[in-house]
Amino acid sequence: MPLQSVLHHGGGDAAVIGQLAWGMTAAGTLIFVAVMALLALSLRKHARPLRPRWWIAGAGVAFPVVVLSILLGWSTWRSAQLRPQTSNGALAMSVTARMWWWEVRYRDPAGGEVTAANEIHIPVGQDVYLGLNAADVIHSLWIPALGGKRDMIPGRVTGLTLRADKPGVYRGQCAEYCGVQHARMALQVVAHPPAEFAAWVAAQARPAVQPADPQLQRGRAIFLEQRCQACHTIRGVADGRQLGPDLTHVGSRAYLGAATLRTHQGTLAAWITDPHVAKPGVFMPATRDLDGASLRALAAYLESLK
Amino acid sequence: MNSTVPSLFDRYAFRRQAVLAPLVALLPAVLLSGCGQGGGGLGPPHVRGGDVETGRRLITQYQCSTCHVIPEVPGPNGEAGPSLEHVARLGYIAGGIPNRGEQMVAWLRDPPALKPGTRMPSMGLTEQEARHMAAYLYTLK
Repeated sequence: MPLQSVLHHGGGDAAVIGQLAWGMTAAGTLIFVAVMALLALSLRKHARPLRPRWWIAGAGVAFPVVVLSILLGWSTWRSAQLRPQTSNGALAMSVTARMWWWEVRYRDPAGGEVTAANEIHIPVGQDVYLGLNAADVIHSLWIPALGGKRDMIPGRVTGLTLRADKPGVYRGQCAEYCGVQHARMALQVVAHPPAEFAAWVAAQARPAVQPADPQLQRGRAIFLEQRCQACHTIRGVADGRQLGPDLTHVGSRAYLGAATLRTHQGTLAAWITDPHVAKPGVFMPATRDLDGASLRALAAYLESLK
Repeated sequence: MNSTVPSLFDRYAFRRQAVLAPLVALLPAVLLSGCGQGGGGLGPPHVRGGDVETGRRLITQYQCSTCHVIPEVPGPNGEAGPSLEHVARLGYIAGGIPNRGEQMVAWLRDPPALKPGTRMPSMGLTEQEARHMAAYLYTLK
């Protein structure tokens, strides 16, 4: 199954939207073919004149009124079956779009909130309500395999209800041009079986583990020395700043930079050295003055934050 | 005279053959000795047991092009590390390690072990993965 496709739905509203799209396309194609066939008949060498009054009344008025009314009725009826955009009875989370990444907050069953980034984890077979907001400019959240788009507007909370019927990873994308890195503002939706989802939230709620390995301890010290905490939070190490993504469990995420690079020591080191190589225009500055051993220690430490 | 000329010719021909034949027989062995083991010796760098196409895919998957320019591999073509455009032609890896097959495999698996100050991290490649990747790198001439 492709990662991001409107033609391969993973459940919920996407099935309804997909059916409507196919139905409308099929009806439109049939009418187009019929009109072209009539055109071809009319262009024959020995075409006979017709009674225009019947054709105008029949094909020009009656046919469109009947066919369009049927299609309108069908699409209205199907659209009414789309999930209501409400948090009633749904699991609520919030997604804040920023230039050019996503901050995702989950309710911790133990109390409080868990902040993560660039991945939306949801339980399978349950309605999930995403409260949507934007911190800077207008963005739009679109996960084609799970449903329609919803704009994310600064100063306003909008909402989108999602539901995945089977476990898997579905790619989503910012669908409203939002600046130079709009194209690399993507995310992964990971649908877990409910028990696995609960375990995942519990793991994300925990602060970062103190490393025992000296190399990782050195990486942690370099994180603080280089003042990474001016923008990034690692809970248990440095709290409070939310200018950049929360890195408490950055090593558990499949991708860096809003689905730009796969997460491993190599890409972490490259991103720290100069994030503008992979994603020109991001707000994080390059760090070109770290010696090799320190850079590797920092990358290894971040990778270890599972 | 007429009868001695061909006999002389035959005799020299026989002598030439006697000298050349063992040399000719040894030639493949002499030429191949430069390639064996991927260690020192002459000839272009070479690695045993690696598949070029698998190596190219692994290099794409590990996103080596985040730090290196690799013309055939899609990616940001970063410049934090040197360009690998002609890596098979280089005499040394990382400015000091002989660019031979086994050294390249060891370098890909654990760069800091060979050069402690390097920025290139060890990414947990298996020996076989490193062999495939080296085989691909050695097509970049």
